[in-house]
Amino acid sequence: MSFPLLTAAAAVPAIGAVATAAVPAAKRTAAKWLALLFSLATLALALVIAVRFDPGAKGPFQLTESHAWIADFGVRYELGVDGIGVALIALTALLVPFVILAGWHDADALEQDNSNRRWRPTQGLFALILAVEAMVILSFEATDVFLFYIFFEAMLIPMYFLIGGFGDRAGTQDATESAARRSSAAVKFLLYNLAGGLIMLAAVIGLYAVTADQLGTGTFSLQQIVQARAAGELTMGTGTERLLFLGFFFAFAVKAPLWPLHTWLPGAMGESTAPVAVLITAVVDKVGTFAMLRFCLQLFPEASKWATPVILVLALISILYGALLAVAQRDIKRLVAYASISHFGFIIMGIFAMTSQGQGGATLYMVNHGISTAALMLVAGFLITRRGSRLIADYGGVQKVAPVLAGTFLIGGLATLSLPGLAPFVSEFLVLVGTFSRYPVIGIIATVGIVLAALYVLVLYQRTMTGPVKAEVQGMPDLKARELVVVAPLIALLLFLGVYPKPLTSIVNPAVDHTLSVVDRQDPKPDVRVNAEPTEAGSDRDAEAAK
Amino acid sequence: MESLIALLVGAPLVGAAVLLCGGKRLDRTGHWLGTLLAVVSFVIGLVLFADMLGRGAEDRALHQHLFSWIPVGGFQADVAFQLDQLSMTFVLLITGVGSLIHIYSIGYMEHDERRRRFFGYLNLFLAAMLLLVLADNYLLLYVGWEGVGLASYLLIGFWQHKPSAATAAKKAFLVNRVGDMGLSIAIMLMFTTFGTFAFGPVLGAASETSEGMLTAIGLMLLLAACGKSAQVPLQSWLGDAMEGPTPVSALIHAATMVTAGVYLITRSGAIFNGAPDAQTAVVVVGAVTLLFGAIVGCAKDDIKKALAGSTMSQIGYMILAAGLGPIGYAFAIMHLVTHGFFKAGLFLGAGSVMHGMNDEVDMRRYGGLRKYMPITFVTFGLGYLAIIGFPGLSGFFSKDKIIEAAFASGGTQGWILGGAALLGAGITAFYMTRVMLMTFFGEERWRKAPTPSPDQPSVEPAAETRGEYTPPHPHESPKSMTLPMILLAFGSVFAGGLFSINEAFVHWLEPVTAFEHGHSPLSAAAVTSATIVVLLLGVALAWLQYGRKPVPAIAPRGSFLTRAARRDLLQDDFNHVVLVRGGEQLTRALEQIDHSVVDGAVNGTAVSVGGLSGRLRRLQTGYVRSYALQMLGGAAVLVFATLLMRGV
Repeated sequence: MSFPLLTAAAAVPAIGAVATAAVPAAKRTAAKWLALLFSLATLALALVIAVRFDPGAKGPFQLTESHAWIADFGVRYELGVDGIGVALIALTALLVPFVILAGWHDADALEQDNSNRRWRPTQGLFALILAVEAMVILSFEATDVFLFYIFFEAMLIPMYFLIGGFGDRAGTQDATESAARRSSAAVKFLLYNLAGGLIMLAAVIGLYAVTADQLGTGTFSLQQIVQARAAGELTMGTGTERLLFLGFFFAFAVKAPLWPLHTWLPGAMGESTAPVAVLITAVVDKVGTFAMLRFCLQLFPEASKWATPVILVLALISILYGALLAVAQRDIKRLVAYASISHFGFIIMGIFAMTSQGQGGATLYMVNHGISTAALMLVAGFLITRRGSRLIADYGGVQKVAPVLAGTFLIGGLATLSLPGLAPFVSEFLVLVGTFSRYPVIGIIATVGIVLAALYVLVLYQRTMTGPVKAEVQGMPDLKARELVVVAPLIALLLFLGVYPKPLTSIVNPAVDHTLSVVDRQDPKPDVRVNAEPTEAGSDRDAEAAK
Repeated sequence: MESLIALLVGAPLVGAAVLLCGGKRLDRTGHWLGTLLAVVSFVIGLVLFADMLGRGAEDRALHQHLFSWIPVGGFQADVAFQLDQLSMTFVLLITGVGSLIHIYSIGYMEHDERRRRFFGYLNLFLAAMLLLVLADNYLLLYVGWEGVGLASYLLIGFWQHKPSAATAAKKAFLVNRVGDMGLSIAIMLMFTTFGTFAFGPVLGAASETSEGMLTAIGLMLLLAACGKSAQVPLQSWLGDAMEGPTPVSALIHAATMVTAGVYLITRSGAIFNGAPDAQTAVVVVGAVTLLFGAIVGCAKDDIKKALAGSTMSQIGYMILAAGLGPIGYAFAIMHLVTHGFFKAGLFLGAGSVMHGMNDEVDMRRYGGLRKYMPITFVTFGLGYLAIIGFPGLSGFFSKDKIIEAAFASGGTQGWILGGAALLGAGITAFYMTRVMLMTFFGEERWRKAPTPSPDQPSVEPAAETRGEYTPPHPHESPKSMTLPMILLAFGSVFAGGLFSINEAFVHWLEPVTAFEHGHSPLSAAAVTSATIVVLLLGVALAWLQYGRKPVPAIAPRGSFLTRAARRDLLQDDFNHVVLVRGGEQLTRALEQIDHSVVDGAVNGTAVSVGGLSGRLRRLQTGYVRSYALQMLGGAAVLVFATLLMRGV
């Protein structure tokens, strides 16, 4: 029995959460460093997982762990990763240290508030972030549907407290009013996701019923169900499969979020601190799109294909609607939130295009969107902290007084609009080409999104950073060392993955091929066979690289 | 030799990285480093050129495969270069003119505290532009394509504190993005049709697919070209782009970047050759733009905007030629190169004038400057003679060939295109003579204080209100600025003639673009004579209007056409009403809908379906524990249900 790497990757932040929470009230700084240390240890483990993972190996999952848990109901503690899981675990583990560093002083203001002595905000903030990390990592690892469901739901609790308890206090004269706004955003987040979760719960039970009925013993094991389906031992009625699919999909679409279930996101991101907003959109929401790819498609392939046209249209609406609303926003953070809705539209479109470019692109998109949004949002957070306002109109001419801040903000923005040379371009183009090759009309309409993205990013940059220096902006300090440590690696990564995305594609491709084979979909063939076959040359090179 | 290709792109790229990340330490040396790396790139270009000349015409192309970029399934994008005669031509133009403009900028930007950054952006531009012309596939070309767009955005908005500059930069990027949609769709079409988007396989197999598909790809490429090359209907950004520092206008918005559309169409010749309808669209765009730009150029009082209209018009000629197929490709590129020389020279001359005139751009505030700036006057004058196609100078050879090829395209189309090109030549002579006369001849209008006018908001109000006026002291620019102007003037005079000896340029490009002699219904001599006649007419008309009579210091109201042309033929007004206002209303309406309808509906359903309202209230009053209860309840339901199922 080898070392349970996957359990460790989740256990380390979980232990970190408990340890951080236990630090005495007076030792606030120690709590911060402890949390950072645990998040870095998690990152180290994630890197070990990535290195140990063998993209060429047979079988869908690696580093598997399997233990009986609630034997009576067929619930097992079953973990395993495919390339998609590895990529997303790496993303999560990578972003959390930056989230912690960026939010280093976010609880300080609360510490000065002496009204509630029992409450230790600093410890609370960082413990909750680590708790979310642990649960997100577990949901990327769980291959047992029930196990996944538990973490999928449980992460709502720490998220709720993070949104409601540590909100953005920028530009609020009236403390009670801002507290009310925060709390209502947190409740909205919770209720939306709870509603999704409850419907999914019903579907989870339904799935168990079906397996119990047909296989004799009920199971939640993804692999077992997929294999039983392939072997013909398990056949779902068309109606049953569709109902169960919808139950799962609804929960994931709320979390992703997909239009029209998106309305919780702008509030939640607007009212939270910038680092927590990053945690929501770059990490937690990815569980939704990840789960579509892993559970919806693999458990219910026929129903997935049946629902594809409707989902593609909803995704297309998300892309355009999110982008248009981003243009209309007056609040920097809400603008980024609507931009994210647009980006999630791309991800979902890529998943349901059911081509290797679409799904590979969607997976890359999840990673790249995480990094680019983190870069943009965290710099926006630094900006907002300096001026004490989230309103775009309160800024102007920042470029003149804080050129480094403005420069990093621009790079984050350019990544958001998918400038070629930066990582998001690779994924966005793959999604577009993957969609286009099967659904040309949808692919063409989606390209309008690239114009709208340029519009909301450049308008934001122009209004905040250029023009005459506003009086309130005068004397604004440029990025400090801690803030540079947060931003510089993210930018370096955006550049690296834009120029050389192969480390990612090589681990993601086999997982995507597996998913497509479960769904039984092949890439459309080109109309003209080109004699000088460049694809073979490409795969030869791949083979060489693998050796 | 192949390995030098990457270095060609690498040198300026390193320069950009060092200059932009280097911080204040490099403020005093940065411009030298930037210039040095541009020159290094040019020298490498020359070495590769000499090497290329040493090989036979058919095996001059070099290929270098660096690494596999995006491998996903059948989608294989590589970072790989291809250096053939077409790319080589561009490499020499970009690095040659680029180096000169770096040298010029040392003097021009001397007093700008952000000079280091300026050179960083210029280096970034060179790297991106070289990538664009050296890529061996359309996706990598796309990277260069948007890279130059980014550099252009940064440089137009270089003086960001001016709202007009920031707005112009944004507009340029956005309009270009509309064109980029075309390039994206073209690449996607290539991928679904051929399974690849590398030049070799796609262009080699172009004839195997249907004409309809080729037309679709061609039209999408044309859309891309319209954006980048400021062709109608995506031309509106170029005039505003003149907000950038003048060296930028010379390099990016005259000599190199804006000609990328011509490169794209010429490079994709095999696609257009099989799609006559797409070719028709190309020539129509070219012909319309060459007239559009020329008319706008006649009405502008801002010297840079007049030149920008001219650039649009001259690129219209190139696009027209490229749309004619094998009878035109070589001439499109030849005109592109000669235009690169004389238009860059003209812009640098305009910059030199502005440098000596306290950054005044209004030609009505110039006059009689030839005495004060002799070198600028002579080099600008040679550029002027070249662009109007004065016999024996560069523009004469290249433009004349395009007009001839336009007539040769056959039938009614040939007469229309030829006529348009000929008319354009006349208007070119008119507006360029106007620029020349208003700037260097006539009364010294800058000696008098400007009179306020509602149409001329550029007049400085501060000087008037104080009631005192100090006229500028026009003076010749420093050597670092005049040297590039002199060198470019040499190109403006001799390049066209050299290229035409034994059709040297055409034979040089023939292996890449193919070449056919067009059969014009008019003899070459007839076309040339007609061109010279319209040229003289244009010059004469301009002289009657601006040479014989004094130029009013305030623009007269003018006819409707003049007023429309001053406003870029109302295209911006159309954009504003339809796109900007319409867009604003749409987004605002959506914002309302998102608030009340989408969110409201979801809230409503939640409340009515689940009876959640009670819980909602309790949660809001802080009873978060009820969530834990709910979780527990959920788990209980699950366990209970599972038990039940097992029983079934």
